[in-house]
Amino acid sequence: MSAPGSVVLGLIVPGLPHPLLAPDASPHWRRIRDAYDQAAARVRQAVEQDGADLLVLYSTQWMSVIGHQVQADPQPVWTHVDPEFHALGSMSYKLRMDADYAAAYAAAARARGLSCRTVAWPGFPIDTGTVVALSLLNPDNRLPATTTSCNMYADRGETVVLAKAARDAIVQGGRRAIAVAVTSLSARMHTRPVAPADDHLSSPKDEEWNQKLLEILSEGRLEDVAQLARTVAHQAHADQKMKAIWWLSALMDQGNRLRGTVHGYGPLWGTGAALVSLAPAATEHGQHEFDEDGVERFLGDAEVLQAPTARAPGGAPGAPAMERGLGRAGPSEVPPSVHVPAPARATAPARPSSAIPTGAIHTDTAPRPVGAYPHARRVGDLLYLSGVGPRQPGTDAIPGGPIRDAQGNPLSYDIVAQTRACIENVRRILEAAGSSLDRVLDVTAFLVDMDRDFAGYNQVYGEVFASVGATRTTLAVRALPTPIAVELKVIAAAGDVDVQKLATGG
Amino acid sequence: MSPTPAQSGQPAQPGTIVAGFLAPHPPHLVYAENPPQNEPRSEGGWEVLRWGYEQVRQRLESLAFDTIVVHSPHWKTVTGHHLLGVPRFRSLSVDPIFPNLFRYHYDLSVDVELAEAIAAEGADAGLVTELMRNPDFRVDYGTIVSCHLARPQWDRPIVGISSNRAYFSFSNEVGEQEMLALGRATRRAIERTGRRAVLLASNSLSHRHFTSEPAVPEDMTAEHPYSHNQYRWDMHVIELMRKGRCRQLLDEMPDFIEQATSECKDGSLTWLLGALGVPDYPATVHAYGTVIGTGNAVVEWLPPDPAPGVAAPGVAAPSVNAVGGAA
Ligand SMILES: [Fe+2]
Repeated sequence: MSAPGSVVLGLIVPGLPHPLLAPDASPHWRRIRDAYDQAAARVRQAVEQDGADLLVLYSTQWMSVIGHQVQADPQPVWTHVDPEFHALGSMSYKLRMDADYAAAYAAAARARGLSCRTVAWPGFPIDTGTVVALSLLNPDNRLPATTTSCNMYADRGETVVLAKAARDAIVQGGRRAIAVAVTSLSARMHTRPVAPADDHLSSPKDEEWNQKLLEILSEGRLEDVAQLARTVAHQAHADQKMKAIWWLSALMDQGNRLRGTVHGYGPLWGTGAALVSLAPAATEHGQHEFDEDGVERFLGDAEVLQAPTARAPGGAPGAPAMERGLGRAGPSEVPPSVHVPAPARATAPARPSSAIPTGAIHTDTAPRPVGAYPHARRVGDLLYLSGVGPRQPGTDAIPGGPIRDAQGNPLSYDIVAQTRACIENVRRILEAAGSSLDRVLDVTAFLVDMDRDFAGYNQVYGEVFASVGATRTTLAVRALPTPIAVELKVIAAAGDVDVQKLATGG
Repeated sequence: MSPTPAQSGQPAQPGTIVAGFLAPHPPHLVYAENPPQNEPRSEGGWEVLRWGYEQVRQRLESLAFDTIVVHSPHWKTVTGHHLLGVPRFRSLSVDPIFPNLFRYHYDLSVDVELAEAIAAEGADAGLVTELMRNPDFRVDYGTIVSCHLARPQWDRPIVGISSNRAYFSFSNEVGEQEMLALGRATRRAIERTGRRAVLLASNSLSHRHFTSEPAVPEDMTAEHPYSHNQYRWDMHVIELMRKGRCRQLLDEMPDFIEQATSECKDGSLTWLLGALGVPDYPATVHAYGTVIGTGNAVVEWLPPDPAPGVAAPGVAAPSVNAVGGAA
C-alpha cells in the first residue's frame, strides 16, 4: 500500500480510437490494443497493491483557450463519434468522474494563479482521447476519474503549475492517484488514406525521435523527456508540444526517480502510439537532458519549478526545495550537473572512489539558492561553494531567528546558532559533493554586524575549523539577501583529491 | 435515400451559387440572442455583429435558394475533406471551449445528394474526400452557429464540409491551393446538381483570443481587438473585399494567416473565394466586431449574374453598414 497523497503510477497512452474500435483491422492496431490491455493490468495491480483510488488524465485532444478545464460531471453519458474516424464506429460511454477531486484540482489551480474551471454540463463533448483511455484502462469504472484540457496557448510554466495543482488536490484528499497522459509521441497523421494493414509512421524523423524517447522512458527518465520536449517539437511532429509529458513529469516527481516499462509502440494512422508505465523508484538516474531554451515561469506561481515533494500540502507557498534547470549550461559546453537527492537517513555519504563528475552540484540537503546558481561547482581539484547562510533546507527557517521582521524592524537573534547552522549547511553541500569539512582550504565570512557578532561567530568557527587550518577572511557587509547575520564562502578540495599532494603540487 | 447525381442525371437548369457569405461562428453571438434552442441566458452583447447577421437573414429572405453549404473550422480532419452524409441530425451541441455559453439543441437536415456530388467532384480533382455516414455523429458547433445566425428557421437542408488541416500539415500556400480546388469542386457540384445554393464560410478573421473571460461574458467593456496589429490586418483584408480585390487577398492570405493568427488558416474563406471564382466585384461588409479579441466580419458576395428569372437584389456599391464592437 502506497502512502496517501501520492501518485502511485504514471501512464502514457495514445488517444486515437483504433485500438478501441477496430483492433483487429490491422496488426499494428492489435499491437497497440494488446499494450493497452497490459497497461490496464498495470492499473489493476496498482489498485490491488498500492491502493490506487483515482485516475487523473490530461488529454491533448481536449483543447481549451480560456485557461484549463477539468471534467466534473459525476456520470457523463454519451454516444461519441470521432470527427475524423467516424467510419470506425461509435463509442458509447457511461463514465465515472470524481467531482470532488475535480473541484479540488480546479481550486488548487486557481490558488496557484491559473485560470481553471470545472465542467459538468450534460452532453459536454468529452474528447476521443479521454473516452478511449478510460474505456480501455478502466472498463468497469472501478476507479473514479477526471480529465484535464490542453490549453493551446499554455507553455511549460503554466502546464507544470497545472500539474502541481493536480498534485495539491491529491495530497489534500489523501488520494493514491494514477496519472495518465493521453498523448501520442509523434502526432502526424496520414494526409491520404492507407490500408489499415499498411499503417506506418508518417515521417521517418518522427520514428527516429520516438525511438529515442522510448529508450529514455524505458529507463524511467520522464523528466529528461520533458526537458527534451521543445527540441522534439522543433524537429518532429510532437503532440501539442508534448505538453502532456510536462504535466505528467511535474505531477510525478520532475526528477527521473522512476521505473519505466514500455508496453508497446507502433503506428496509429501515421502517429507514433506508445504505452508506457512509470512507477516511483527508490533511486534516481540523474538528469541527463535539459531544456536549452531555459525554463519559463508562469507568473501565477513564482516557485513553479520546485520539486513537488518539498511543497507543503495544499499548495501553500513555502517549504521550497531545489530549483531545477537553473545555472546550467549546454551539454556541449560543460559536463552535466549532479542533482543529489536528500538521503533517506541522515548518514554521511560514502566518499566516492571514482571521479566525481565535474560541473554544477545541487543538493536537496542544503537550503534552496536564492538565485540562479548551484550550491557548488567543481573546477579541477577544487570545489567552489556559493555563499552559504544558516537557512534550513526545506523550510527556510533561520536557527537563532531572523535579524529583522517582514516590515524591516530589527529582531534579537542568536549569532552562535546562526553560525553553527551555516557551517552545518557547508558540511551538507561538501558531503553531497563527495568532500567534507576537513578538506576546506579557504573561508570568506560575511557578518552584517561585526561589533555585535564577531565574538560569537569566532567562537563557533574555532570549534570546527581550528584543526582544519583553512585560511580565513572576515568582512562586515551592510546586508545579506535574506534576514540572516552571517554567510560563508568556501573553497575546498574535492573528495577524491589527495590534499597533501594538492598542497605540494605533487 | 437521395438519388446520387449519376442516378438523377443532369438537372433541368444548371445550378448556381446565389450568394456567398463570410459568416463567422463565435458561439457568443447565439448566446447573446437567447434563442429557444440554446440553454444559457444572456443580457445581450456583440450587437453590431448581430445586426450584421440580421442583414444576412434579410438578404436570404429575398433570395430563392434551396440549400446552404457551410465550411466550418470546427470540424477538423486531417485525412481529406469530410462531408455530412446522413439525411438528418438531431442532438445537443455543447461548445467544448465555451460550454457556459453554447448548449444548443439542433435538428437539421442534410442535402446528401449535393454532399455526394461535392465529394465526387473533389475526388475527380485529386482531393481526398469522404462522406460522414455515422448517424451518431455530433455536428460541430461552428456549423451550427453559422447556420443558425444566417437562417434560424433551419428550413433548408445543409451540406457540412470539414476543415482539412492542409495548412497545418503542409503550408499556408499548399492549404490555399487545396481550398481553392475544393471551392471549384463545390461550384461544379452545385451546377451539376441544379442547386441554388447559399455558401457560408464560417471563419473569423484575426484570431488570437484573450485567455480570460469577464465574469459576465457579455460585458462589452471587456471587448476590443486583441491587438492593434490584428485590427489593422482585419481592416486591410476587409478593404480588399470591399474593393473586389480578392486575387490580392489570396496572394496576401499566407501573410495574413501568420501575422494576424487568422482563422482563415482553417480554409473556409479561401474555399468560398474559390467557389465564387475569386470575385473581382465588391463585397458588402455588413459588420465587423471582435469577440474575445478575435476579429469577425459578416461579408456578402452576390455574384453579379444570377440565374435568369430570379429577383436579383442590385449589387450595391461597396458599403459598410456597420462597423464596431471595439470598446
Ligand atoms: Fe473558431
